[in-house]
Amino acid sequence: MITSRCGIIKYTIMSEKQSLNLTLKVWRQKGPKDKGQFETYNVSNISPDSSFLEMMDVLNEQLISEGKEPIAFDHDCREGICGMCSLFINGHAHGPDEDITTCQLHMRKFNTGDTITIEPWRSAGFPVIKDLIVDRRAFDKIMAAGGFVSVNTGGVPDGNAIPIPKDDADEAMDAASCIGCGACVASCKNGSAMLFVSAKVSQLALLPQGRVEAARRAKNMVAKMDELGFGNCTNTAACEAQCPKNVSIANIARLNREFLCATLKD
Amino acid sequence: MATLENKIPEGQLAQKWQHYKSHQKLVNPANKRKLDVIIVGSGLAGGAAAAALGELGFNVKCFAYQDSPRRAHSIAAQGGINAAKNYQNDGDSIFRLFYDTVKGGDYRAREANVYRLAEVSNSIIDQCVAQGVPFARDYGGLLDNRSFGGAQVSRTFYAKGQTGQQLLLGAYSALSRQIGKGTVKMYTRTEMMDIVVVDGKCRGIVSRDLVTGKLEAHFGHAVVIATGGYGNVFFLSTNAMGSNGSAAWKAYKKGAYFANPCYVQIHPTCIPVHGEFQSKLTLMSESLRNDGRIWAPKRKEDAEAIRAGKLKPEDIPDENRDFYLERRYPAFGNLVPRDVASRAAKERCDAGYGVESGEAVYLDFKYAIERLGRDVVEARYGNLFQMYEKITDQNPYQTPMMIYPAIHYTMGGIWVDYELQTTIPGLFAAGEANFSDHGANRLGASALMQGLADGYFVLPYTLQNYLADELHTPRMNVNEGEFAKTLGDVNSHIEKLMSIKGTKSVDYFHKKLGKVMWDKVGMARNAQGLKEAIEEIAQIRKEFWADVRIPGEANEMNPELEKANRVADFLELGELMARDALVREESCGGHFREEHQTEEGEAKRDDVNFAYVGAWEYKGDNATPELHKEALVFEECKLVQRNYK
Repeated sequence: MITSRCGIIKYTIMSEKQSLNLTLKVWRQKGPKDKGQFETYNVSNISPDSSFLEMMDVLNEQLISEGKEPIAFDHDCREGICGMCSLFINGHAHGPDEDITTCQLHMRKFNTGDTITIEPWRSAGFPVIKDLIVDRRAFDKIMAAGGFVSVNTGGVPDGNAIPIPKDDADEAMDAASCIGCGACVASCKNGSAMLFVSAKVSQLALLPQGRVEAARRAKNMVAKMDELGFGNCTNTAACEAQCPKNVSIANIARLNREFLCATLKD
Repeated sequence: MATLENKIPEGQLAQKWQHYKSHQKLVNPANKRKLDVIIVGSGLAGGAAAAALGELGFNVKCFAYQDSPRRAHSIAAQGGINAAKNYQNDGDSIFRLFYDTVKGGDYRAREANVYRLAEVSNSIIDQCVAQGVPFARDYGGLLDNRSFGGAQVSRTFYAKGQTGQQLLLGAYSALSRQIGKGTVKMYTRTEMMDIVVVDGKCRGIVSRDLVTGKLEAHFGHAVVIATGGYGNVFFLSTNAMGSNGSAAWKAYKKGAYFANPCYVQIHPTCIPVHGEFQSKLTLMSESLRNDGRIWAPKRKEDAEAIRAGKLKPEDIPDENRDFYLERRYPAFGNLVPRDVASRAAKERCDAGYGVESGEAVYLDFKYAIERLGRDVVEARYGNLFQMYEKITDQNPYQTPMMIYPAIHYTMGGIWVDYELQTTIPGLFAAGEANFSDHGANRLGASALMQGLADGYFVLPYTLQNYLADELHTPRMNVNEGEFAKTLGDVNSHIEKLMSIKGTKSVDYFHKKLGKVMWDKVGMARNAQGLKEAIEEIAQIRKEFWADVRIPGEANEMNPELEKANRVADFLELGELMARDALVREESCGGHFREEHQTEEGEAKRDDVNFAYVGAWEYKGDNATPELHKEALVFEECKLVQRNYK
């Protein structure tokens, strides 16, 4: 019964929900040194079934036809996994929906007549390159400082040689689902990268393969994070709330434990 | 003219790779750091190769157009990776994986390459586990498997519905380790614009910094192209927005042969197109076919009522549902290979049984939920169901998913020999960018296997064999000679594009091209349509070069210019695809010629005339390319009509 009722509701909504007319306040910035400012644009006849980025495509086509420069924004896979898209929409990283990336946000979340504010990630660790595009290479540098298991290709044991409890493997998988988008940093009032770093530290510390160098990894990654100008964690959990992949702040607790143990051993 | 010498080693099929490795040339550790290798692309093939070659001590430069190597589109692969471990004791073996892959590819792949792929598949799993890839495990702590299309064993390893992500992050972490050590220098937001050929050998590339627009020449003793496939020639595909065929195309125009461009994989389970502003198509993993049942209404009036919004699929009783795959292919049922499943969906929709826009069928989990319970279904496919609901606003636990085939993967690519070397010495191609392992159709969970096989376990050997003879080639000055000339050519190309200052956006032309490709070079092709496509593409190309508008400047971050560069190449590549499809007067794998089908509508191969790899040689902008044929010799596999009934 529930099935058919939901079905009816859905069909009614779909047939009644009309295309959208929207006002967009978009951050424009020519380059890293430009001050930047908001520009206001209008778009009309947007299908509620379009994705947010498809709406941006429509706006850009409009700008090109008017002889103006389109808005630069990062995007690639458009299916929520590459971590490239990174818009701050109406004050939320990835916009007003839960557990999604910007590219998975759909226009049915908005109403006609809405004004939508679109900004880049804002954080000391992520300088703006142009318009809505920021430089997230700091994440790569943190990874290069220790986000790996030190094994060379070949000469490793059989995949089934070390049994791993299913719960540990599943927990490691949950931590590993981080897409490196940076929403955690953008949402944190301190601009902290702790959720990102802790996800990798946790994933590898939970598995016997990564356990061997867990202490070294935690120390090196944290040191690099600090060096690159990311802030500290003050447990507001804003990162977890905005994480498109639901990475838990329990990972931060694990990172703190790993880091503490590593420092005590010194 | 280069020749098509495939360099397959001597000996029995099962001994060839061992034989090769035992006799190849090596470079001693002190000399490795004197040799420069350029790798274009940072996905499974490129990232793995960069990491593995860095570990060996070579001096590696790796290029990616994204802001981080972790973003490469390998990351989007959902379902899994095949390996012949036989952990399930269900009769798997290296030979069986090899055989299934050749058969699944409709006997259009090279036996020796495929056998090597199957042979190294087991090492890939071991390697990834050692890197900390969190593969799914059973309660005993051992690795779990699932089944994929075209196989009767469970040999697919997976990490939830994010296997590609986890494998790529594994390669990325190995690569990061080398970047930290300084053996690999990573160039992000940097796109390859052309290769540099000096005295017949590939010696480097010219790149464009996508942030500043700066062009730069780079020297390498060898260059690897690992830039993925060209599915975006269709505009709408499951590829990432930036995925492109330009690196492969530039190599082709410098003398590398392009093989089997017409072999395109159409994935049967994608979310249907919703409207004209759609920018890409989203895949629903093939793993869903393990438990989902595909059907269309049995009665036309039901399909019409659904399309009109008067009937809901869950209200159609079982006896009025046509489980057409189970009906047509009882032996494999919903797990037939992708090409077969795609064509069957198209057949139903063309006959008037499609739902939604008329181009959709159902993938139903009602039966799985009844059989296994909702919890089990959620544990297996929860994240995919959530993704589906976010996109369509429909709950697949309650109403069946709607699916339709979409462009997904290109089996064709740069021609390579057994060593993955192209017809230009010193230029190698790996992963989806080459043509070698999947024949005319790729089996599910084999793309990840091939990318990592090429990167971790093939190139480190074959590239070394080539580099051993390059020890005495000094590093070249990139400010003169062919390097300066190529950089100048790239600059002129960009200036030419920027100076058009027309009236229409790049996307306008890309969409126009995509429509021709989908309608005439898509799931079903015929001679008439292909001839028209060749004419029409030439016309769109002409219009593009006369009327495209690229705002902004060349010496700054300019996403429209990036797109224009890529679409200019697609407008040439699309024509070659049509030409190849026209010449191949048979149906095989993903290539279906309407003139060549059985009475039951199945693909009809012609092994007497077409058991060859079609490799095209570029002859100049205004000349017809020349087709070279590499005969496919089958010693182990018996060529039979594929039968999944």
